[in-house]
Amino acid sequence: MSFAWANQYEPKNDFTKWLDEKLPVPRLVYNAVGAGYPVPRNLNYMWNFGVLAGFFLVFQIITGVVLAMHYAANTEVAFGQIEHIMRNVNYGWLLKYAHANGASFFFVVIYMHIFRGLYYSSYKAPREMIWLLGVVIFLLMMATAFMGYVLPWGQMSFWGAKVITGLFGAIPFIGEPLQIWLVGGYAPNDSTLNRFFSLHFLMPFIIAGTVILHIWALHIPGSSNPTGVEVKQESDTVPFHPYYTAKDGWFLGLILIFFSAIVFFAPNALGHAENWIEANPLSTPALIVPEWYFYPFYAILRAFTGDLTIPFTGIVLIEAKLLGVIAMFGSILVWFFLPWLDKSPVRSGSYRPLFKKFFWFGLVPCMAGLFYLGGAKAEEPYIVLSQIFTAYYFLHFLVILPIISQIEVPKPLPFSITQAVLGSDDTPGGKSGGGDNPGEVVKPLPGGDTDGSLQPAE
Amino acid sequence: MTIRLGGIILGLGLTAVLLLWSLAPGLFTLTSEGFPEKPDYYAFQEENIAPEGGFAFDGPLGTWDYAQLQRGYQVYKEVCSACHSLKYVAFRNLEQIGYTEDEVRAEAATWMVPGIDEKDGSVIERPGLPTDQFPSPYANDIEARAFNNNAIPPDLSLITKARKDGVHYVYSLMQGYNEPDPEDVAKSPNFETPPGLYFNEYFYNINIAMPPQLLDGIVSYSDGTEATTEQMSADVTAFLTWAGEPSLIKRKQTGWFVIGFLLFATILGFLSYKTVWATKKKKI
Repeated sequence: MSFAWANQYEPKNDFTKWLDEKLPVPRLVYNAVGAGYPVPRNLNYMWNFGVLAGFFLVFQIITGVVLAMHYAANTEVAFGQIEHIMRNVNYGWLLKYAHANGASFFFVVIYMHIFRGLYYSSYKAPREMIWLLGVVIFLLMMATAFMGYVLPWGQMSFWGAKVITGLFGAIPFIGEPLQIWLVGGYAPNDSTLNRFFSLHFLMPFIIAGTVILHIWALHIPGSSNPTGVEVKQESDTVPFHPYYTAKDGWFLGLILIFFSAIVFFAPNALGHAENWIEANPLSTPALIVPEWYFYPFYAILRAFTGDLTIPFTGIVLIEAKLLGVIAMFGSILVWFFLPWLDKSPVRSGSYRPLFKKFFWFGLVPCMAGLFYLGGAKAEEPYIVLSQIFTAYYFLHFLVILPIISQIEVPKPLPFSITQAVLGSDDTPGGKSGGGDNPGEVVKPLPGGDTDGSLQPAE
Repeated sequence: MTIRLGGIILGLGLTAVLLLWSLAPGLFTLTSEGFPEKPDYYAFQEENIAPEGGFAFDGPLGTWDYAQLQRGYQVYKEVCSACHSLKYVAFRNLEQIGYTEDEVRAEAATWMVPGIDEKDGSVIERPGLPTDQFPSPYANDIEARAFNNNAIPPDLSLITKARKDGVHYVYSLMQGYNEPDPEDVAKSPNFETPPGLYFNEYFYNINIAMPPQLLDGIVSYSDGTEATTEQMSADVTAFLTWAGEPSLIKRKQTGWFVIGFLLFATILGFLSYKTVWATKKKKI
């Protein structure tokens, strides 16, 4: 499926002709990330992070598989095995640091990718399924990263695992037996480490499968773009290869320079010193916090400090811990409903003055605050601040977005992508799907695709 | 519409629960009682210090000072190793700090390590071999506690990584056995150092179980360097930094090579990007 003007794959020699008949893998690649995929010509650098996320997934799988060759999931030896990798395995220190910091960079890249989706409303029709699959990938990533952090069996591994698995204990009635079943005991132990290792190895491949669905779903409507105006004509697009392979290529190099700077010169900057101490169930660290990429959600979890009671009776309806757990999972689950909570027909935040204000002065400082507070000590004033930011987080997605999408008057959209890039449409009357007067600015009509955008042919 | 209405109701409900049942009581306590007071010992805590001019291994261009590492090893062997193990380091690793293979073999033989008698299988102590790890001074944790006022001396293999700002922490801790500042004492009159513990202004709660160790002249360096507390602290810190991460310098050197290559590749990539897009960016 693609636009009518997409380049067609033509096998060049006898072998590729033969292969194209039997198993058209080159054709698949050509149409997916090659010259056969027309992409809007006006993508900015925020659109590079999807490819980078794919790169880091593969990078994590490769370094992870090699690390697994030298690791042993046994609480007696796991910590020592990491030291064995660091000291005795050839370039083991590089593998270990690249994998640990690779996880951090994977999340950096994914957060930029999600950030772009939120600002340009990439979740809106016809791209809801891409967004939903993306949220599933993010949840799978969180589970994978959490279990991976347990494997070195340091102090933070153990106590982080204890706190996070303890969350399941907050579920009414079945909580405690469920927690014991999941952990394989009352506290993280050898069974826990073994199952986490097994799942940590398995889940990246489930992520890879979901990523394939994510890209498949992307190719049905095609990529979104910074104007939010759909593709109308051939001049709106360029083939993915060579245009975006070149752009992604050099940008990947740039990110890898930052990545290498961390891996080679400050490999422990993003971790916790505590995790270089072997796990000790009898010694609780002064401050138990997850890895930095979980901070916002950890801040939301800890924001709920009071039980929900009926005032003056002392009857507890929902315990604080359960409220925190609900809010933490809810903070991501709410993303599943975004395509329907935000009904504005305009996609790009650049053309939505009210949305833009709440995005830059509401959501962005709120997320920055939650990132900071998730790693802070559980004491005042951090608790009160995290409560205020958590409240804003939910208000933003559940209350503010639905209301502003109803009352906002968007700015006029450009007629086409070509016009947005060149200032005027360079193919008047030709293949344009937009009538005789392409210079005219078309105001968006509520309710969808009446702005003349083309649906890609099957 | 249903979803949006549901969202608004849910959002307002959740926020109300958060603000009324969690934020309001917290704010009430905060306004009536103020911020919780920090424990007494906070007044005494000092920022970690660094040696004048820094360590040779500091920074992206750092290198090992082998003479310093060998002095630090001497301090570990003659002082620290009485109580602290170094279990992830093997004698063979000492070749990395400038000893020859023969020197390492001789050095390893000066340590007694647990072994098995080849004739009758009984547990014995035998001289170390280069392949052995550094032995622990205690048979087990219980013995370690019994000898040390109920505190286990931590293994030192990773100590410079296992503490926040660990390199400077170790360096500072060795020199932190000072008299409490009278001003701070005046501020926290209830503060005291329990018997069996020692005041150290860099330890996290000020009272540490380890007695002062690196007193001036406690070792006599074979290279003639004067063994001041400051000198020994710097030397043993350098040695423990190496012990915690023997690949430190190799890592930094590899980093320059990798980043150099990436810079080259990225510039080429950027130029090809500019070339590929040249016709698509032009304004008419």
